[in-house]
Amino acid sequence: MNQFIEWISQPWPWYVAGPMIGLTVPALLIVGNKTFGISSSLRHICAACVPAGIPFFTYNWKKEIWNLLFVLGVGIGGFLATTFLANPETIVISEATQADLAALGITDFSDLMPSDLYSWESVFSAKGLLFFVFGGFLVGFGTRYAGGCTSGHAIMGISSLQWPSLVATIFFMVGGFLMTHVLLEPLMKLVGF
Amino acid sequence: MSTLTKKKETVQDPHCVAPNLREDHDKGLELLKYLIIGVVFGIVFVKAEIISWFRIQEMFRLQSFHMYGVIGSAVITGIISVQLIKRLNVKTIHGEDIVIPDKVFKKGQVIGGFIFGLGWAITGACPGPLFAQIGSGYTVVLVTLISALAGTWVYGKFADKLPN
Repeated sequence: MNQFIEWISQPWPWYVAGPMIGLTVPALLIVGNKTFGISSSLRHICAACVPAGIPFFTYNWKKEIWNLLFVLGVGIGGFLATTFLANPETIVISEATQADLAALGITDFSDLMPSDLYSWESVFSAKGLLFFVFGGFLVGFGTRYAGGCTSGHAIMGISSLQWPSLVATIFFMVGGFLMTHVLLEPLMKLVGF
Repeated sequence: MSTLTKKKETVQDPHCVAPNLREDHDKGLELLKYLIIGVVFGIVFVKAEIISWFRIQEMFRLQSFHMYGVIGSAVITGIISVQLIKRLNVKTIHGEDIVIPDKVFKKGQVIGGFIFGLGWAITGACPGPLFAQIGSGYTVVLVTLISALAGTWVYGKFADKLPN
């Protein structure tokens, strides 16, 4: 048993993780005719908490409660994996990425997140404003405007061969490449890196 | 079947992908199956380090194959599964036909997709990993989640005025 725990505590390779994520698509279809998608949960939370009479949020969100339970499960899964199956070794990050990020002022590569950034002290600074508030806003706004995120479009949409999802996925990547290679450096300088 | 669903959807709500069209068998404890699938999914997210801000940077800097391998093999698995479901006419556990609503093209997939991509590269997380990061103890990500909710809300508020 201990050996098994030790074995699955290693980081999982892409050829294990990818197919498991892909299998979420048929799993949700078969257990309840649900299409895989995560960002809808954000909409349902808005509809449940602050509908404010906006037509976009006026629907019976209670019928979508499965989606909220699904994301609650994702959170619980995160807790279980981190608590009981944590990788004893330090994360291995590509040398080239480490060099690029060090040039931007990110120097701690010991954890899944840059520890110099992911702390409550930085939330209330310009850095936090960029990485948590501004970044989060773009994610939430963009994903709803696009009608889905990586799960709903890139995985569910392309799996069912829907070309609008391929278009969305291409533009996810375009935005990401532009941010990483062009905008991130000046933005990070602006917030004091 | 799928055209019918599409028609109903357009009439009901042009922005909405799925809500409230299907008969609901899921009540009470039966809903736990979604929680369980979510738990497995969350574990995979953490164990394959998909929740890592660094992995997303590696991906956008083309310095690691990992994330391309994950997404690519997930999509291939998904395509094969959906094809098998269609060809073998697999039913749900309640014996219903499986219906996958068609996605209708709109400008949002370009503009919104682009905006999402900008945010993805900053936060290092799409919505799924956000929940897994919080569960993993990165409590500051709650701020990202609340900001994402604010973004979703602002989109909803101005949805009619945006090009679509």
